[in-house]
Amino acid sequence: VSSSLESLYQEVIMDHSRAPHNHGLREGGSAESHQLNPTCGDEVTLRIHSHGDTITSLSWEGHGCAISQASASLLSDLVVDLDRGNVHERIDAFRELMRSKGTLEGDEELLGDAVVLGGVSRYIARVKCAMLAWVALEDALAKTPAA
Amino acid sequence: MTVPDASIVSPAPLTLAEVERLRADFPILGETVHGHPLAYLDSGATAQRPVQVLDAERDYVLHRNSAVHRGAHTLAAEATEIFEDARARVADFVGVRESEVVWTSNATEAVNLVAYAFSNASLGRGAPASSRFALGPGDEIVTTEGEHHANLIPWQELAARTGATLRVIPLNDDGTLQMQSARDIIGVRTRIVAFTHVSNVTGVINPVSELVSLAHTVGALVLLDACQSAPHRPLDLAELDVDFAVFSGHKMLGPTGVGVLYGRAELLDAMPPFLTGGSMITTVTLEKAEYLPAPQRFEAGTQRVSQAIALGAAVDYLSQVGMSRIHDWEAALGQRLVEGLSAMPGITVLGPPPGVERAGLASFVVEGVHAHDVGQYLDDLGIAVRVGHHCAQPLHRRFGVTASTRASAYLYNTPAEVDAFLEGVRGVTAFFGVVPTMYPESAELPERTSL
Repeated sequence: VSSSLESLYQEVIMDHSRAPHNHGLREGGSAESHQLNPTCGDEVTLRIHSHGDTITSLSWEGHGCAISQASASLLSDLVVDLDRGNVHERIDAFRELMRSKGTLEGDEELLGDAVVLGGVSRYIARVKCAMLAWVALEDALAKTPAA
Repeated sequence: MTVPDASIVSPAPLTLAEVERLRADFPILGETVHGHPLAYLDSGATAQRPVQVLDAERDYVLHRNSAVHRGAHTLAAEATEIFEDARARVADFVGVRESEVVWTSNATEAVNLVAYAFSNASLGRGAPASSRFALGPGDEIVTTEGEHHANLIPWQELAARTGATLRVIPLNDDGTLQMQSARDIIGVRTRIVAFTHVSNVTGVINPVSELVSLAHTVGALVLLDACQSAPHRPLDLAELDVDFAVFSGHKMLGPTGVGVLYGRAELLDAMPPFLTGGSMITTVTLEKAEYLPAPQRFEAGTQRVSQAIALGAAVDYLSQVGMSRIHDWEAALGQRLVEGLSAMPGITVLGPPPGVERAGLASFVVEGVHAHDVGQYLDDLGIAVRVGHHCAQPLHRRFGVTASTRASAYLYNTPAEVDAFLEGVRGVTAFFGVVPTMYPESAELPERTSL
């Protein structure tokens, strides 16, 4: 297979898609968002718990392609204990990476392991898959009353 | 151009050598994708176009382009003649009269045209004869669980607008219709029965004459979705005795932006219009308008002239190859697809098993791998397939899945392309590291390759 396909389906991504982190919605929570990609049926429901301005827990459930599920899992590892401004900064950085068409490396300081999703940006049709959970988090934050 | 004489079409089956020659008419088939020769197995979504179709369209645009059905100048007269000649060719291709062929943007618009004509009749619009299309509470519209959304949602909406009830014939596990249910559902309240000739997902060929007979016995009309049959098999709509039929140009070597509604002449002449405006009227006052007879009554506004002409050239091309020969060639490719897929562990084919009649396509699910990932892996090998729900969510729900992968063949596909596709699918489970539960106990577990 081509090197770009290998970079699309890196081992880290496959591991997260097979054994996703923070999968299964936790009781309670301050906000929730359900996002659906109608072209392929990818679905993510994401729930956050907050304390003040800080996200204390992110849990999710869903089904779909390896990219959408791994992306939700990677996101769930990234944002706990961060405040709202920090989270938005990371979502923006991820969106910029996804729109880069393979020209950006991705800032590991900001995105952690989620930089492995950078290969997705070369496949325009798959960017929506990777963005699904991140859009859900953005939506959940918008629904969360300011502290 | 002359209308092809059916008698000059060779009765012998299509050969690989002949298909290789036909492929030269489709330059896109020579493209390379990710370093591999393109294997285009997505004609069920949209077919490729031969140079002859583009030449016909270009010749018209460069030398005859003009406004049809108006103007007294030479070009306008010639353009009108070429445009109407294309209608005659398409009508002939499906065994009906040219006055029974209405140009639409696509098959979806054609279904909506009928649904909205019924809707307008239900509001009392149209001539007195239009009342036969009026629906209300107590009336029933019948469709099936296996439809493309284009032949489902317009009926949901029509039911909602008129108070009629939508009833749905369920599918069997092999994708065929539950005919006992069809016999129970189609009854005195049924006003229209809308179903697909050939499923775009399972490749099942529905029993048209039996359904037509059930509908006509109770005085109901029949609309046939011929999107997956008109491009692929000989079609005689008059002989099938359907009342309406729809199909799309871009699935049959023609351009996007043109589709066809067939309607039985006496029905079209009695139906109120859908879109209104220029080109579809006789006398207009500030208060009201009189309408032209069909087909012009349903062709408001400037028409897709060059596209219709190109579609005329497309059906010429298909006729010259011969629809029976195309059907037989594709049926063999369809069997090759389903036999190959069914033999693989961890693969579930939606639709009939090998050996049972199916169209030249196969949709399948790979255990543990989402269709989108299957399609991505195949694309890396230059193999173009469709992934997703193929605009048939209820059908997928019936099979307990949200998405599938579909390979669909056309006259230009070869057994070697089908084999390359099958080889690609064999690589999918290994690449994604999935252990199919159907693997024999003794089999080696597949290693994740190339990483």
